Amino acid sequence: MDHTAGKPIDPRVIKAMLPYMKSFYGNPASLHSFGQEPRKALEEARAKIAELINAEKKESIIFTSGATESNNMAIKGIAYRNRDRGTHLIASSIEHMSVINPCKFLKTRGFEVAFLPVDKYGSVNLESLEKELTEKTVLVSIMYANGEIGTIQLIKEISQIVHRKSAYLHVDGTAANGQVPIDVKKEGIDLLTLSSNDVYGPKGIGALYIKEGTRIEPLIHGGGQERGLRSGTENLHSIVGFGKVAELAKIGMQTESEQLIRLRDRLIKGLLDSIPYSFLNGHPTKRLPDNVAVRFSFIEGESMLLSLDMKGVAASSGSACTTKTLEPSHVLLATGLKHEEAHGSLLFTLGKQNTKEEVDYVISIMPDIVKRLRAISPLTPKDLKE
Amino acid sequence: MYSEKVMEHFKNPRNMGEIPDADGIGTVGNPVCGDLMTIYIKVKDNRLEDIKFKTFGCGAAIATSSRTTELAKGKTLEEAMKITRANVADSLGGLPPIKMHCSNLAADALHAAIEDYYKKQKEAKK
Repeated sequence: MDHTAGKPIDPRVIKAMLPYMKSFYGNPASLHSFGQEPRKALEEARAKIAELINAEKKESIIFTSGATESNNMAIKGIAYRNRDRGTHLIASSIEHMSVINPCKFLKTRGFEVAFLPVDKYGSVNLESLEKELTEKTVLVSIMYANGEIGTIQLIKEISQIVHRKSAYLHVDGTAANGQVPIDVKKEGIDLLTLSSNDVYGPKGIGALYIKEGTRIEPLIHGGGQERGLRSGTENLHSIVGFGKVAELAKIGMQTESEQLIRLRDRLIKGLLDSIPYSFLNGHPTKRLPDNVAVRFSFIEGESMLLSLDMKGVAASSGSACTTKTLEPSHVLLATGLKHEEAHGSLLFTLGKQNTKEEVDYVISIMPDIVKRLRAISPLTPKDLKE
Repeated sequence: MYSEKVMEHFKNPRNMGEIPDADGIGTVGNPVCGDLMTIYIKVKDNRLEDIKFKTFGCGAAIATSSRTTELAKGKTLEEAMKITRANVADSLGGLPPIKMHCSNLAADALHAAIEDYYKKQKEAKK
């Protein structure tokens, strides 16, 4: 139940990709007939992705190597191209590191960056956004939803505020895409980051939606592919896979999300009801369908992960001890959790293969895991001891 | 990621618990960092007659606590003071590098407990 870390590729996607590895090896840029089928496939995939997010036209979709590159391109590309308008950027404090670190990099290059606070549910504070926006602000970057706590932001409201000051709005849609419908037109999004592997597609391929008329600088210069915004021979079989993913998401998203929400709510209720001193991380209702982020007091996340792994369940944690840094997740800390609370966090991300029986199995084993670790912990209060 | 020995100690920790009338208590770490451990000792004839631990932390923190108590039990105080973090890690078949300094604190807690015992002995003599 760790689908955020890795999802299997849908077999229908693999089937769609295979001909572009076996037979259609041509370069979409070639004029001769070998290039024709690849070119057609490239543009069809582009159109499917445009359709999924209701983009005005397929040319607004630029293929990249994944969400990290898309986020880098949006932030650095807008900042450098619009330097004459201003050097001020805004991002939320719970963005993915592929947004936070480009922002920090720009700080070393003469730009100013404001990181917006979030409330205890992880929702971006709209008043502080209004306060931070100035005439010099060129870009605001807010994620559609956070994969670690599941919270979905009020993108439409945020967009209205951002556009009143004529700044661009970049939205990292990586965690949300394929689970909740994103509509760039209705929600007023200027740049949208998308990835394929978070929607049961191949890794190493992503896209950046760029609204027509948006002034942006490319990160990668070369032969001028992707309207000169992202040079390099197209990763065609992956692009075809990404296109297929978008097509399948368009058809199946609603049914799949309804199923995920049922499992999600069953798991949340089952865990919180059966374990004392347990809490939900993130927003109770404005929440990604796959996300079950919980925390248990007095114990530490990694020891829970090991215990779950011994029982055949894969999960994730926001604890320092599972990552390369010693700090707990910046997302959990931004929601106001104390370090020791953040250390006790556990994240289950459900996928379409998960069943009610699996959810019930986790609910059945978790109380004993928590009880055992609490018996070992010196922090456990006396009244909890048996 | 962890050796079999680490996992075995994590699954079946030795000497887990508290000693209500302990002769010395040592606590190291901090819940803020994600690791906190307390070691309780009972001393008889200059030997660690009993030793118990309580740990908040990751798998490595729990396993090293368990292993430290195992290594120390029955030893003289002088011998126990010579047990190092490296001894504990080696006897568990090694630890991932990141865990060496953040989670391998139990030897320090053991030393702190013995220091606490010496301090209490001194105070009792006064």
